[in-house]
Amino acid sequence: MDFRALVIILMGAVLVNNYVLRQFLGICPFLGVSKDLKNATGMSIAVIFVMLMATAATWPIQFYLLDRNGLGYLQTIVFILIIAALVQLVETVLKKYIRVLYNALGVYLPLITTNCAVLGVTIANIGKGYTFAQSMVNALGSGLGFLLAMVIFSGVRSHIESSDPPESFKGLPITLISAAILSLSFFGFGGVIENLFGS
Amino acid sequence: MSRLKEVTKGIIKENPVLVLILGTCPTLAVSTQASNAIGMGLAATAVLLGSNIVISLLRSVIPDKVRIPCYIVLIAGFVTLVEMIVEAYTYTLYQALGIYLPLIVVNCIILGRAEMYANKNSVLNSALDAIGMGIGFTLTLLVMASIREIFGNGTWFGMEIPWLKDNSISVLTMAPGGFVVFGCLIALVSKISKGRVRTNGESKCEGCPSAQACGKQSAS
Repeated sequence: MDFRALVIILMGAVLVNNYVLRQFLGICPFLGVSKDLKNATGMSIAVIFVMLMATAATWPIQFYLLDRNGLGYLQTIVFILIIAALVQLVETVLKKYIRVLYNALGVYLPLITTNCAVLGVTIANIGKGYTFAQSMVNALGSGLGFLLAMVIFSGVRSHIESSDPPESFKGLPITLISAAILSLSFFGFGGVIENLFGS
Repeated sequence: MSRLKEVTKGIIKENPVLVLILGTCPTLAVSTQASNAIGMGLAATAVLLGSNIVISLLRSVIPDKVRIPCYIVLIAGFVTLVEMIVEAYTYTLYQALGIYLPLIVVNCIILGRAEMYANKNSVLNSALDAIGMGIGFTLTLLVMASIREIFGNGTWFGMEIPWLKDNSISVLTMAPGGFVVFGCLIALVSKISKGRVRTNGESKCEGCPSAQACGKQSAS
């Protein structure tokens, strides 16, 4: 297994192709849940968890079931159903057996079904032709990138709350402008992979 | 007259993107070129029309407890249909939209309208609502994409604009530009309507499944 390729995928997913700030996936929770640090980390950990589970479930199904039988066009329907069922299953299992984790993540789980970052990462893994190991690493990296963006932005948000923007910019508009500045700062990571790994 | 209102409310008064703040992901991602924006808008409108009609027809059949999974399956079916049509007839658009085409499934506008409107209104009204919302979504995308393409790239629908072509602000076509233009547009709409819009945006959220995450509903 090419370990170097995995590290490149991981770094790329976290820093360079950050899902929220570069690819606009998962904007709803990014704008909505980032108001305080506790909720932001809770939501992000739930997202990482579901992304890994969803990739582990969808990749084999795509390659061993859909592609072998020429049913590739059912991808969208099958994936969203798997994610919905998986989220429900995880919620039930956590509620019954791992009460501590359920108390921490339970509120966020139902919302993750309609989080486009989760469906996005599963479809992107297939589209890029990753192997199973590469897909799992990409899912982990995308999740960590989401966590990073959420944690940084929750810090920014706490300052916005106490600032005094022009009347019509209050609320969502000023939040979006701050997100733009954060997104701009992530441009600094462009080329970091090429410099570190020389590829 | 009241029928006409069902259509026009989606364009300005209840514009899905700028007033209801639904479907922000595709709005930000696809609005780099005017032609992509039109394609995305029409694809989403087609899905919305189909899902609103069918959900309205089945509103007394679908049990209340499992309605969200049922809606998602119906919507995913329509998305697959649209995906295949786009791939077959406009392949360049299919490539340009890429991953955002299958992601129409999780576009909040579609599930939101099913939940807020189609499951309590007649078939005709739901269809008109879908058309209005679709036009509102497409127009907003077009306005955003036009701003970003004209000033960021110096072109409009691929046509070059003489002076701007050499003096383009290319950051507008990239990710930060999307956030800035979107933020300014919402602020503009809020300014024109004197703040009425912002309160609307917060009270109309209960239909969105992620409303709880957004903190618009008190977390249980």
